[in-house]
Amino acid sequence: MATVDSDLNATFGALADPTRRAILARLAKGHASVLELAEPFDMSQPAISKHLKVLERAGLIARGRDAQRRPCHLEPRRLKQAADWLGTYRQFWEESFSRLDDYLHELQTKEKTRDVKKTRNHRRTR
Amino acid sequence: MTSRKLEIIAEPGKTSFTTKRIVDAPRDLVFDAFTKCEHLKRWMGPRSLTMASCETDLRVGGRYRFVFRTPDGHDVGFSGEFKEIVRPERVVRTFVYEPIPGAEALETLELEESGGTTIIRTTTVHRSVENRDGHVNSGMEAGMTEGYARLEELLAGLLQKR
Repeated sequence: MATVDSDLNATFGALADPTRRAILARLAKGHASVLELAEPFDMSQPAISKHLKVLERAGLIARGRDAQRRPCHLEPRRLKQAADWLGTYRQFWEESFSRLDDYLHELQTKEKTRDVKKTRNHRRTR
Repeated sequence: MTSRKLEIIAEPGKTSFTTKRIVDAPRDLVFDAFTKCEHLKRWMGPRSLTMASCETDLRVGGRYRFVFRTPDGHDVGFSGEFKEIVRPERVVRTFVYEPIPGAEALETLELEESGGTTIIRTTTVHRSVENRDGHVNSGMEAGMTEGYARLEELLAGLLQKR
């Protein structure tokens, strides 16, 4: 169970960096080698490799076995897991708040009715 | 007209995210709605889930636990401990989604009254992030927050392309 947590933490951590997001966006178009990935960035190959390692540890990408090229590709499963989590969070609270609106309205209407009754009773006793 | 939209805000470089929502009710009432089970049972969670049990011991060091039941009969618990209570404006508590026991977060609820409405702000700090040795070393300082913030847009695109 704890692994799911560390998986998700790793995923969100990995996604926090703009370069890594750009790498993922590039890989969404298809496989690419480190060289190809490094090309659009003003970064050395080792720097890109470091980012790839983070993405790989987070389970967001996987690398081929070809020792020379080791092409990278996207692992959608983990991304989906993270997306599900965030979607669930948003849905949970959006729906809760909508119910809260109704409930608060109900409570306040009750309160007002009670106040009116109180005033009436007060008048009667006088 | 006040905005009824739930805003989820993430500042880059922080391991937290905040949400903001405005409701049309005085702060005292909103505070009760967030801290008393008789109220929580009536609104917390999507309509598809029922709150199977609710316990709150609203004092510093006291614990709370909410159990939601899914339509197919599974129970999911959320629990934690109250760390700070300033009625009717602030509650700080730990938060654990029980299926993922390691993911303890610190949540701050802040209520601000503004002309008959109440601004509800929550801040969630994921404390376990920093301790994930080896999982993500470099780049962690950037925080996972931005990850949350950008995730939806990024994923929407990525998953569609697959």
